[in-house]
Amino acid sequence: MEHIKTINTRDLCESAQNGGCGECQTSCQSACKTSCGIANQKCENND
Amino acid sequence: MIHQYQQNGYNIVLDVASGSVHAVDIVAYDLIAAYLGGDKQKVVDEIYAKHADQATKEEIADLYDEVTALKEAGKLFAEDNYERIAGTLKARTSGVVKALCLHVAHTCNLNCSYCFASQGRYHGERAVMSYEVGKRALDFLVENSGSRHNLEVDFFGGEPLLNWDVVKRLVEYARSIEKAKGKRFRFTLTTNGVAIDDDVIEFSNREMSNVVLSLDGRKEVHDRYRVDLAGKGSWDKIVPKFQRFVKLRGGKNYYMRGTFTHANPDFLEDIKTMLDLGFDQLSMEPVVCDPHDPSALTEEDKAVVYQQYEELANLMIQRDREGKPFTFYHYMIDLTGGPCIYKRISGCGSGTEYMAVTPWGDLYPCHQFVGDDKFKLGDIWQGVVNKEVQDQFAQVNVYAHPECRDCWARLYCSGGCAANAYHATGKVTGTYQYGCDLFRKRMECAIMVAVHRELNKQ
Repeated sequence: MEHIKTINTRDLCESAQNGGCGECQTSCQSACKTSCGIANQKCENND
Repeated sequence: MIHQYQQNGYNIVLDVASGSVHAVDIVAYDLIAAYLGGDKQKVVDEIYAKHADQATKEEIADLYDEVTALKEAGKLFAEDNYERIAGTLKARTSGVVKALCLHVAHTCNLNCSYCFASQGRYHGERAVMSYEVGKRALDFLVENSGSRHNLEVDFFGGEPLLNWDVVKRLVEYARSIEKAKGKRFRFTLTTNGVAIDDDVIEFSNREMSNVVLSLDGRKEVHDRYRVDLAGKGSWDKIVPKFQRFVKLRGGKNYYMRGTFTHANPDFLEDIKTMLDLGFDQLSMEPVVCDPHDPSALTEEDKAVVYQQYEELANLMIQRDREGKPFTFYHYMIDLTGGPCIYKRISGCGSGTEYMAVTPWGDLYPCHQFVGDDKFKLGDIWQGVVNKEVQDQFAQVNVYAHPECRDCWARLYCSGGCAANAYHATGKVTGTYQYGCDLFRKRMECAIMVAVHRELNKQ
């Protein structure tokens, strides 16, 4: 019986190795303008 | 650090530092909660005593080993060792500006009492941006964007359609230089809809990568605040224009963006109204205002809002099933392709990579600081001269907020909105606790929906 189902996610520890290009959208740009969240952003690193 | 919660029949365990998400049964849920509380024998005995009807002791012992394996793989109880790189992204991109909010009109054709920009004037004189100022702002952006390819420009106000000809000329200017400069501009228009006509629709649907259309939902809710200068509600006038705008948009991004207040904490009804009107890319924001303002959300409203967020998540799942999906800005979460850790810890970018430009060319850390002179950074001719203020913003990161250290949602919000923090506490490194509470609830709902979608993939 499967007790734990691990959902596929981006490994944040690993992203420390290859992240940080800064191309992604500024956090509250273009949408909410009155709060902040980065979870809904897309990574735009094309390298 | 982990965070566990139960919603809509799911038992969900989040591992904060690694970003891992686990959907588990109740036995594993309780075992993970007890895991750090003692050695294997003690934990297994405790869980067996509680769940003997659901699992044998051997199964529970195996489950304990499975949790240990996840811990060793860095997917449970991972340590947050990111503080040492918290300033890296901002240091690496120091001096680089990649996004501007152009306040092309500090005036408005509506008179909404809850407007954070005080009816579009930002506590100052009415003004519109000249083409020359706007052009210089775009040049300033290109000159200061370093190696960044994607540049973002929001046409904002007040009401930007009150200066529409300048908006069009600025887009045309940007398009004329982007190839030679090796840049790509992404434009956004935020509008109340009153002045939308076919020219606005045709031009925006060609040039704006996103349009943000202000609609609060139900007619009576919308017309309570969003009134013209004579006090007449704007719903009847703008809804058909928004419908035409979106219909002709051909699948490009837009948001119907509403604000909910103390008058409508039951904002799900407003979401449903938007859906009934044919819109499917939605955003509803809690009002941001002085806590003494009658429109401010109260502690009593919070329970209602939480309930609404949960029901909204359930509605999304129901509409998925019916083949009528919709998006809600704050529930958009890309678990596999979302931001890297640098982005997640470096704060929102206001005052460093993102700035607001007033109609007369002054620079502010973001649109929410415009009108507060002590936050003026400089102007588009001289650049940033108030380094002291900019340094405050450069030092804002998730670890600069003491309250965030114990918060499971810190890598989903990056420390929150600097303006909200400042207005709530007097410091940009403070936290706006009410906003944090709502944010955490939204993240739980968003992740639950993502888990549901993942587990129910065809």
